[in-house]
Amino acid sequence: MPERYEEKQRADIGTQEAEALPGSDVLQAEAGGLAGTDQPARSLWSDAWQDLRRNPVFVIAGLLILFLIFISLWPSVVATGSPYNCDIANRNLGAESGHPFGFDSQGCDVYNRTVYGARASLTVCTLATLGAAVLGTVLGGLAGYFGGWGDAVLSRITEVFFGIPILLGGLVFLSVIKSGSVWPVIGLIVLLGWPQVARIARGSVITAKQNDYVQAARTLGASTGRIMLRHVLPNAIAPIIVVATIALGTYVALEATLSFLGVGLKPPTISWGSEISTASQQIRNAPHALLWPAGALSLTVLAFIMLGDAVRDALDPKLR
Amino acid sequence: MGRYVIRRLLQMIPVFIGTTFLIFFMVYALGDPVTAMFGDRAPDPATAAQIRRDLNLDKPLWQQYVLYMGNIFTGDFGRAFNGQPVLDLMRSAWPITVRLALLAVLFEMIIGVTLGVVSGLKRGRAVDTGVLFATLVVISIPTFVTGYVLQYLLGVKWGWVTPAVSSGAPWDELILPAVVLALVSLAYTTRLTRTSVAENARADYVRTAVAKGLPRRRITVRHLLRNSLIPVVTFLGIDIGNLMGGAIVTERIFNIQGVGYQLWQGVLRQNAPTVVGFVTVLVIVYLLANLVVDMLYAVLDPRIRYA
Repeated sequence: MPERYEEKQRADIGTQEAEALPGSDVLQAEAGGLAGTDQPARSLWSDAWQDLRRNPVFVIAGLLILFLIFISLWPSVVATGSPYNCDIANRNLGAESGHPFGFDSQGCDVYNRTVYGARASLTVCTLATLGAAVLGTVLGGLAGYFGGWGDAVLSRITEVFFGIPILLGGLVFLSVIKSGSVWPVIGLIVLLGWPQVARIARGSVITAKQNDYVQAARTLGASTGRIMLRHVLPNAIAPIIVVATIALGTYVALEATLSFLGVGLKPPTISWGSEISTASQQIRNAPHALLWPAGALSLTVLAFIMLGDAVRDALDPKLR
Repeated sequence: MGRYVIRRLLQMIPVFIGTTFLIFFMVYALGDPVTAMFGDRAPDPATAAQIRRDLNLDKPLWQQYVLYMGNIFTGDFGRAFNGQPVLDLMRSAWPITVRLALLAVLFEMIIGVTLGVVSGLKRGRAVDTGVLFATLVVISIPTFVTGYVLQYLLGVKWGWVTPAVSSGAPWDELILPAVVLALVSLAYTTRLTRTSVAENARADYVRTAVAKGLPRRRITVRHLLRNSLIPVVTFLGIDIGNLMGGAIVTERIFNIQGVGYQLWQGVLRQNAPTVVGFVTVLVIVYLLANLVVDMLYAVLDPRIRYA
């Protein structure tokens, strides 16, 4: 089975995590005893945060993402004018003063269009990741915790969704839904993306629920809800966060590809994908109209992938 | 092994039905193929009803699906709305995309695995950092951007290759599109091989092989690489589906008239029989690729046996 390897890896991650907690307690206690201070024990999370703060990759990615969030919330601060203010007389002109990126084939200012394009990308990738992560964690977690027929059904559904390449499913699904706004795109990515999270969440919950402290909680008479939320979930969520962070970058690229193919975001919504698609017809005359949005898009994907890498390194002790 | 293969083939049936039904549902229930045939004009209600009857579209959805699948397994994929049999479209499109995907997988295997082994063995050195940085950059640039930029630079500006592929799509013209198609997956293959090699390089059996005095080359290829390839092979198997999906973008950029091109045309014109037919074959290819991957595990790691 293809999942055999992943499952094994997950299992390893799970056990190491569980061991990391008491281990670090002991180390901290010893250090505290030596120094004579009473520092609180560091959890996996504060440990990971310590790692991340010192990781230059994380710092660079974080600053880039903060900047992107800023320009998607308040694009008019950075932009020099309206992205819809186009004059066909400026068609395909190169850079000039006040218009650092030149003009596209409609005579629109490429700089302003690129700045305003950030909002769509960020909205789609954050909401889609959030949706897929929540749905996948709930369904995969429940299936992993309770097992039985629900688990069997979920596994079959996951396999069905894995059989459809995400780009292909997106093309077919979005071509019949003719709206060009962000919502169908987000809906589609959640629909096709949750099984990936569910698979990870399921494996991770199965590992976590076998731990001794879960047995102990059950013996003490804790309710199922309490065991799931207080004991299993906090110990199973690290791998889910890792997949979700990595997914952010892939979803930015996916949204741009769908918009490029003409089924994702459509005008008047400004998106880098459709900007690139329009500019591609004029690539011989005005390559700059393609290269600037393409550069912004690649930089955004890069920032999210670097964030994903850093988070994985911090939360996944096996790969250190 | 034989029994295992049969069991796996049987397990594929529900997945196949689920996946194809999902696509069938999207195309036939969410969209309206008959209205699409008439383009922007509203069809005459009597004509539309007649067409619906002819194409079995007036029956319940599950019945349409059963009828469609029955036809497929007798070799009848129906006709595209311009009257061309879908099977003819497939005959011309599939060989082209198979060539493209084969070249892409070949690049991934040769270049990706080589780079991965080199950087995995030199972990932390300049080569390794360079490879890691390069793969990071490659992964962040979406395929359609690399496609246009390379086409513009190599094809238009410097004139090293022909920017568009001719209709026959010979092997040599497919090299650049295959590189573009493979690039992102190639970077993933490299990173995966690197992690796997770096992890296994510290294994006891490698130390034993060194202590036995085996030549370095033999240790790397026979002991280290073979044990490190399992996750890579898993990835390549899953990636075949993604390559076929990615072909939609690559084939559009380089004007290759393969599966991706036909699918895109089909989706654009809501040509339901073309879309469902091509996707059905794609799903079969994907499922079989995964079966082959599972059987390769046993070749790579003799401890894995399938009863």
